[in-house]
Amino acid sequence: MSEITPEIVKEHGLSEDEWKLCLEIMGREPNLNELGIFSVMWSEHCSYKSSKKWLKTLPTEAPWVICGPGENAGIIDIGDNQAIIFKMESHNHPSYIEPYQGAATGIGGILRDVFTMGARPICNLNALRFGEPDHEKTRHLVSGVVEGIGGYGNCVGVPTVAGECEFHASYNGNNLVNAMAVGLADADKIFYSAAAGVGNPVVYFGSKTGRDGIHGATMASAEFTEDSEEKRPTVQVGDPFTEKLVIEATLELMKTGSIVAIQDMGAAGLTSSSFEMASKGGVGVELELDQVPMREEGMTPYELMLSESQERMLVILKPGMEDIAKAVMDKWDLEFAVIGKLTDTGNMVLKWNGEVVGDLPIDPLALASPEYDRPWVKTPRPAELKASDVESNVGRIDALKTLIAHPNMASKRWIWEQYDHMVMGDTVGRPGGDSAIVRVHETNKGIAVTSDCTPRYCYLDPHEGGKQIVAETYRNITAVGAKPMAVTDNLNFGNPERPEIMGQIVGCIEGIGEACRALEYPIVSGNVSLYNETNGTGILPTPTLGAVGLIADVDKAASVAFKAEGQAIVVLGETKGWLGASRYLEVLCGREEGAPPPVDLAQELATGNFVRAEILSGIDTCHDISDGGLAVALAEMAMAGSMGCTIDIPANVEAAYAWLFGEDQGRYIVTVDADKADAFVMKAGEAGVTANIVGKTGGSDVVLGGEAVSVAELKDLHEGWMPNYMAAAE
Amino acid sequence: MKAAVIVFPGSNCDRDMLVGIEHSLGRKPEMVWHKETELPDVDFIAVPGGFSYGDYLRCGAMSAHSPIMREVVKKANQGVRVLGVCNGFQILTEAGLLPGVLMRNAKLRFICKDVHLRVENAETEFTNKYTAGQAIRIPVAHHDGNFFTDDDTLAALEGNGQVAFRYCDENGNVNEASNINGSRNNIAGILNEKKNVLGMMPHPERLCDAQLGGTDGKPMFDALVEALS
Repeated sequence: MSEITPEIVKEHGLSEDEWKLCLEIMGREPNLNELGIFSVMWSEHCSYKSSKKWLKTLPTEAPWVICGPGENAGIIDIGDNQAIIFKMESHNHPSYIEPYQGAATGIGGILRDVFTMGARPICNLNALRFGEPDHEKTRHLVSGVVEGIGGYGNCVGVPTVAGECEFHASYNGNNLVNAMAVGLADADKIFYSAAAGVGNPVVYFGSKTGRDGIHGATMASAEFTEDSEEKRPTVQVGDPFTEKLVIEATLELMKTGSIVAIQDMGAAGLTSSSFEMASKGGVGVELELDQVPMREEGMTPYELMLSESQERMLVILKPGMEDIAKAVMDKWDLEFAVIGKLTDTGNMVLKWNGEVVGDLPIDPLALASPEYDRPWVKTPRPAELKASDVESNVGRIDALKTLIAHPNMASKRWIWEQYDHMVMGDTVGRPGGDSAIVRVHETNKGIAVTSDCTPRYCYLDPHEGGKQIVAETYRNITAVGAKPMAVTDNLNFGNPERPEIMGQIVGCIEGIGEACRALEYPIVSGNVSLYNETNGTGILPTPTLGAVGLIADVDKAASVAFKAEGQAIVVLGETKGWLGASRYLEVLCGREEGAPPPVDLAQELATGNFVRAEILSGIDTCHDISDGGLAVALAEMAMAGSMGCTIDIPANVEAAYAWLFGEDQGRYIVTVDADKADAFVMKAGEAGVTANIVGKTGGSDVVLGGEAVSVAELKDLHEGWMPNYMAAAE
Repeated sequence: MKAAVIVFPGSNCDRDMLVGIEHSLGRKPEMVWHKETELPDVDFIAVPGGFSYGDYLRCGAMSAHSPIMREVVKKANQGVRVLGVCNGFQILTEAGLLPGVLMRNAKLRFICKDVHLRVENAETEFTNKYTAGQAIRIPVAHHDGNFFTDDDTLAALEGNGQVAFRYCDENGNVNEASNINGSRNNIAGILNEKKNVLGMMPHPERLCDAQLGGTDGKPMFDALVEALS
């Protein structure tokens, strides 16, 4: 084995201190195999070393939480012995380098996290962020990422039902691909990853191991520079067909009662899966690396341990169950190999044709996993803007037309029509609404899912921004009538070694934690992606949240579309006209500034509970108010229902444009029969919820204070932007 | 009706097909793994959608050589009703039960959405609960649904009433704008000469349940159940 030079240590991403610690733990100089293992296990990607201190502050418990962070995914109880298993994870760096495969393997990886625990995946979501539309790379990245997600998700047969897509210059050199998978399992048949039983066989199944993705986890833990393009070989290649077979084989194997513990091979491949399983179970492990099914000749132990080849699983079997497991894999034409056994040594021993080529102590390495308290500075809260601080020389109808056709507000149908969002036959709420709804198979229960983030708020005020994201998911779940149950977080930030970036991380996590506590809405799983910087320029702080809600009867779900003429339109929540950090300010005035709107969490809870109860007792049309304010929300409801509305702007408002486009938080629009509107407003008041009748549904125009635009024109603008933009490349 | 659904490695609409049939039949069809060499005693066989063998090589090409397909072909030739949807349609063309090929969509992208189909032949055991010229709403979800065949075969299909469905607008107008994937003559589904084999790209099994947004697919399974009871 070659001598370890300082250059080799550096190439493996270890700091000087980390190298010293490594020497201390080993009691000698590690060989290259061992160094490789230290490198990936201590990478930011695997160890969360910069964020761990702050992640620990998040609320993770509730009576319905079966399993919080720390396992492959989070698990909640939805009654009737059923559990929902879900997680969101980023594949940002690989997707920038090679968009199709980077995005595709992101889907594969997150699906494995979910079915590894015993769930059949029931839907996927994805939150995408790209650079400016005019940037030379953007179209290529959008096209490749969307095709990659579709190519993988469509083939494995899991519907992709929801997501978001946003453009901003800060992502020019670092796009974000955050993918979430949601699965359904029997609550009493969940599988965990802690290895147990000295002597039990360690079994590998799935695809063969190749040389792809070696050191992907280390790459994902460093900033991009000019030569990142050269890292293309570290991007893995996905095979969704094999993944589909692995899903079916895994679920079938689980029914045989032969499994002690199971984990997929994700980032850092065989190293992290075997290491984590042994570490969690407090056992040692001995691997015969020459037994690993290999895709090419001449592979070394180092490569086998660090390969990130996709669609591979590691399982600890009960003794004597090898034949049963092998029969399942034979049926599905998958690789199967016994590659080692559990031991009582507490060490990970790697063998190659009988010779020991690595021997590391598991606990000391895991316990010594670095945790940093990186210096940080609080982001100063910007001044609050008044309506009079904002120019208003654009007419309200022109402003509305501009907003709904803006890249960040336009319909993303072009994207989701490339995803099979109906396969599995339970998509009762399709993409385009506040939340998608997937029915629990053979029941009338529905799982509502959404993903949200408002990076411009987080940039201007990380704490309020963090709160707002939680509230936004809460509203999107509530607006269909479902009860918000739990959240998964995917925290995307720049370089944590810069104190102002670390300040964004701390602020956002604190805000998220505060809101989750107030709304009884725990974080059960998550992922952190740092170093999203190119040549020293970071992305906007983007802590994407994915949320899951439950509705007991999908027939009662509400949707955004106006459904009946002549109904009263009621706004729930208070409208003051907050334009700081708004889309109006950004798009029409070209200003990204001002304090974002604050979220009153106690009021959020009261309003949410009221809205949900009203939907369950008959309200069928509801939409939360978010980007672009009241006017944009109304336009979306009109477009979805192909029906207009007439809105009266109250005489006493300070500025009509602020009332129409302000982004005050905690608001929903519902429609009620005109003759019941007054009673409804009174009922809301009794529940402590501000309610105002603002107009009525009907006609073919959206009329805002006497100025009109046809719904047809709005639709053309809203639906037109993305196909036209993408067509320009063809 | 005694029904079976064939399951290939990579099938992913097999459960959807099971549920679609069950809505009309009142019981579950048998699921038959592709490595089987014998079919149970059935009078209806469904070849479901998905990505059998990952669509590698060519959509449906490898599945057409699965052991069970010899039996499916034999039964089809004996007059058993066979429905191939999406990847199932591709497999039936590769197996020689239906003419033509399904090429990559004209715009090269995967398309998943509800489309309208004009019922061209309403006198088959698959379609007799529809009326000729009716526009029904059925979802598509495919990357390779662009139906192509040579001029002579096309003329024969048209002449023999073998065109079952065409892509149309919501009012039943068949035009270029409604031709989502570039298929010749807007063809969405075709029958064999004896009219006991139907292949179609759209998924009738996905809209048999009002909760999913429509029931225009259900009359097809109702018709089969009635014909075969």
